[in-house]
Amino acid sequence: MPEPTIYELSSPGRAGVRFPEPDVPATPLPEGLLRKDLPLPELSELDVVRHFTHLSTKNYSIDGGFYPLGSCTMKYNPKINEETARLPGFTMTHPLQPIETVQGNLAMMYQLQEWLKEITGFAGITLQPAAGAQGELTGVLIMRAYHCSRGDVKRTKILIPDSAHGTNPASTAMSGMEVLSLPSDARGNIDLDALRAVCDDTLAGLMLTNPNTLGLFDEHVLDIVDIVHKAGGLVYGDGANLNALLGIVRPGDTGFDIMHLNLHKTFSTPHGGGGPGSGPVVVAKHLVDFLPTPVVTIIEEGNEEMPPLYGYATPTKSIGRIKSFNGHFGMLVRAYTYISMHGAEGLREIAELSVLNANYILARLKNIYHVPYDRICMHEFVAEGKWDDAPEVHALDIAKRLMDYNFHPPTNYFPLIVHEALMIEPTETESKQTLDTFIDAMVKIAEEAHTQPELLKEAPHNTPVGRLDEIKAAKELVLCCMLPETA
Amino acid sequence: MSVPNNLKYTKTDEWIKVEGKVGTVGITDYAQDQLSDIVFVEVAVAPDEEVKKEATIATVESVKAAADVSCPVSGKVVSVNNDLPNTPELVNSDPYGKAWMVKIELSNPSELNALMDSAAYEEFIKERSH
Repeated sequence: MPEPTIYELSSPGRAGVRFPEPDVPATPLPEGLLRKDLPLPELSELDVVRHFTHLSTKNYSIDGGFYPLGSCTMKYNPKINEETARLPGFTMTHPLQPIETVQGNLAMMYQLQEWLKEITGFAGITLQPAAGAQGELTGVLIMRAYHCSRGDVKRTKILIPDSAHGTNPASTAMSGMEVLSLPSDARGNIDLDALRAVCDDTLAGLMLTNPNTLGLFDEHVLDIVDIVHKAGGLVYGDGANLNALLGIVRPGDTGFDIMHLNLHKTFSTPHGGGGPGSGPVVVAKHLVDFLPTPVVTIIEEGNEEMPPLYGYATPTKSIGRIKSFNGHFGMLVRAYTYISMHGAEGLREIAELSVLNANYILARLKNIYHVPYDRICMHEFVAEGKWDDAPEVHALDIAKRLMDYNFHPPTNYFPLIVHEALMIEPTETESKQTLDTFIDAMVKIAEEAHTQPELLKEAPHNTPVGRLDEIKAAKELVLCCMLPETA
Repeated sequence: MSVPNNLKYTKTDEWIKVEGKVGTVGITDYAQDQLSDIVFVEVAVAPDEEVKKEATIATVESVKAAADVSCPVSGKVVSVNNDLPNTPELVNSDPYGKAWMVKIELSNPSELNALMDSAAYEEFIKERSH
């Protein structure tokens, strides 16, 4: 049964809280500021608790089940992260306090900066960006500032492979730069001839997602970096898929100039439900001066008796402020916790297991689902949700049917270069038992697609609401909670 | 997949039908099938506007993706299909007919030579689906 809206549950005069008689004289409000009605729902506390408890049980989350949403790295978010982020030393402070009174916060941020630089092989970092896409924008603005500072103002073109994350073109367009799409070759790498053909003195840079959205590590990454650098461009790395590389490859060592990280993917901070995200940006030595302000730094070196004094600094050619204060500080605490919990060896094991898990699923499904780029994959892979002998079934139907088996659907219809894409990323936190149950469901669904296609076409059947009308939802952009009296 | 033989085709899946000096442009049946249900069409040019070959003349958006429609030839816009923004589903049901997007007076008809005929386009689609 659908849960009524909170307005439908409302009953005039019902209250959750009884206010005491005021112990000061009532002051009349100015007539002009008084409103006649205030259309808020009226409920008891119990009504409210039950309403939101019911809604929460209809939600699907990583705490409730497997969530193989490709390129989103929906790994388990350890509960200890929540403990540390709630420590009063962190929560009872304000970023405008004098730095002497928030040394713990600053020390934590400084250490996180150092760790993230060490993990990725870069020289400088900003923790400010609020999420991955804002990190991308920060990176592109740094690119632009770098070229402009050298008087190289005709560099306005940014190359983006067709296997990149969808936010890359959007971030570039937002910065005022021009996007040029690059095709992939038959193995899912960037087409090097196509790249060479567009490398000229208008090239600002290239944005490379590596591993890309096909879950493939570009086999020519060193050549790509070299070609772009020789043309005077910079190479931006989309670090959303860093989970596959932790402790194995440092993008800074392979010549990347800039990269953003997604703490809400790789470093286990919450992802769904508003996160919020966190997208630090790391840069190579020649770009350190362009970082957003402020960065956390050591103002006075410490000695054996005194710890160092941490504070803020503004890089000399800074692109300015990207986010208020220090970005999403609570996420920084969680990522710090995660990294300290795993250590260097643990981080490498995360990458190894995430790649192993994805290849295990790939190996067991690839004779049942068509895999257009059949190579050893990294942390994810793309299968096709269509069969010539089951023509009415599409990737969307498979995704919807998976919900009946209590799994979150994989990313579908992305990347666009695979027609009926199902992008599957298990992450390292899933057990073999969970992977096997998922594989069994995928095998069963492939059978159903051939024997009972209507089961898929009408799926999901076991969810709080059935198949939604996606066309209507996309066409009629009206979201409105109708009040009972106006409905 | 329908590929009428009286049209010329681009590698980016537009068709053009030339009658006299005027070419009518839209997107192909293959393109609409790839995009699936079209929910928005925005024509980005107006009558009398000069457009260059490969300039964006419209944007189509489906439940899956958004795509730019590139102009197959250079010329002056004669008319645009004003019905399409209100009935984007026509791109799915009648891509070569009611879902025409722009009519253009060709300024350089030799540009047509670089486009594919129906046999070449059919071959081009086949290559891409494997």
